[in-house]
Amino acid sequence: MMDPITLLTVVVLAVFVGFEVVSKVTSKLHTPLMSGANAIHGIILVGAIIVAGQASDPWLLTVALIAVVLATVNLVGGFVVTDRMLEMFGSRKTNRPRAGAGKDGT
Amino acid sequence: MSVLGPGWTALFYLAAAVCFILALKGLSSPRTARRGNAIGATGALVAVLTVFLSAKLENIPLIIAAVAVGSAVAVPVARRVQMTQMPQLVALFNGVGGGAAALVAVLELGHSDDPWVRLAVAFTMLVGAVSFAGSAVTVGKLQELISTRPLLFPGMPVLMGAVVVGAVAAGGLVVATGSVGWALALLVLGLVAGLLLVLPVGGADVPIVISLLNAFTGLAVAASGIVLGNVLLLVAGTLVGASGTILTKVMAAAMGRGVTGIMFGAFRGGSTAGSTVQSDRPVRSSSPEDVAVQLGYAQRVVIVPGYGLAVAQGQHTIAELATALAARGVEVVFAIHPVAGRMPGHMNVLLAEANVPYEALKELEEANPEFPNTDVALIVGANDVVNPAAKSTPGAPIYGMPILEVAQAGQVVFLKRSMRPGFAGIENELLFDPKTTLLFGDAKDSLTRVLGAVKAL
Repeated sequence: MMDPITLLTVVVLAVFVGFEVVSKVTSKLHTPLMSGANAIHGIILVGAIIVAGQASDPWLLTVALIAVVLATVNLVGGFVVTDRMLEMFGSRKTNRPRAGAGKDGT
Repeated sequence: MSVLGPGWTALFYLAAAVCFILALKGLSSPRTARRGNAIGATGALVAVLTVFLSAKLENIPLIIAAVAVGSAVAVPVARRVQMTQMPQLVALFNGVGGGAAALVAVLELGHSDDPWVRLAVAFTMLVGAVSFAGSAVTVGKLQELISTRPLLFPGMPVLMGAVVVGAVAAGGLVVATGSVGWALALLVLGLVAGLLLVLPVGGADVPIVISLLNAFTGLAVAASGIVLGNVLLLVAGTLVGASGTILTKVMAAAMGRGVTGIMFGAFRGGSTAGSTVQSDRPVRSSSPEDVAVQLGYAQRVVIVPGYGLAVAQGQHTIAELATALAARGVEVVFAIHPVAGRMPGHMNVLLAEANVPYEALKELEEANPEFPNTDVALIVGANDVVNPAAKSTPGAPIYGMPILEVAQAGQVVFLKRSMRPGFAGIENELLFDPKTTLLFGDAKDSLTRVLGAVKAL
């Protein structure tokens, strides 16, 4: 296990970064942002791969492979669906760059 | 394969973590959102390649096959899903992520004697299971497979209390003994807790719950990072946990609600339950032709789309109606309440899909000052977001929520399915106002008929 103080440092800094990056989001982006954050926790796939790579017992391997499938669905599906949502905002932006820039409120 | 040494592995994981931070940052602004999402996906790809190249892995062909299966399931669904069903899909993806975290943790239980690691295992399993079962209930509610009204049964708070106590006890035993049997008991208790947590939540509040469960899954993934000694999982999970918590609070604030009120309001017999009683006070109902005349000869029309429009999938029809009115020289804008639709920001997505021009979408602060200059406010499938009780009736469940002040428009037209109150379960005085007319029916049907009548003018 990692050094507890290092762990705590990492966690505390990550919490502040997490608070900070989304604090000023406009309400029209709440849905894509939720979906994007949802995709990011699909990175549990890395954990599932490690566990599956260490499993020797067939039953444990089966459970681990289920975890790999579920995590892949979360990760890949999450990014694809977020992109689809944003595609529709994005195309509008390139057609009318000035109107979009005025209203983004960023 | 162990092609990458520990130093390089850590560096690549750091790069992936930076990508995730940039992704969240990018997603917070309309101009950079799509690029942000792409950066996040790149980070995920880097991380997955890194684990294949750095860890000592057996079963690599099977793992790759499992990844292929997962992708083959997820990509077509994510590409083809109807925009109106987006919230369900996000909830589903969130649930399976939580389930994956719980499974990873239970498999790692045998690998460590360290009580802190076992505590992280117990936490991951419990929170992952809550997220999995809770998300399943939200999907059921959004698909209307189960009632969108708060579901409560006698003794539910007692059962919830017993489950919490049981989960803490089972968690303690997992930490003390490392027993897989207790771990499975904890998993089951987590699933039951997830069900009990979400069943009492009313349909309109489900989006907030999805966001909360999203943050939960983030925390479960962070704890799994401690279990596996993997800093990337720790950082990514913590990021999602923290940003998800903030997002949940922001969303709840946009609805004028507190998160605890949403989660536990029904337990107190309070606000989310509402009434289903229909009022028998007289209202002025109208015909599609009359509505078409009102709209077609107006100078300025503001359309207020709501949940009912999303349910009826009427977004394309309303876009056509706006185009037809604009062709007659009527100025048409859409006033979007922050929580219109099934998730905050959902209505913007739906209308964007229906090719409504971006500049025709007005947010609350922009729309409200313009209502006095508006001839007709057309409210389609919305109720609570225009209910004056939010301003005038302290004690109403929605009191304090910012509303669209449609009462200041010259005329008000509601397209409603019935006189049933909105999700907040309170009557809307505006429905009985002399300048209000109502056209009853499914939002899409009503819009199609009004559209036909406008074209015939």
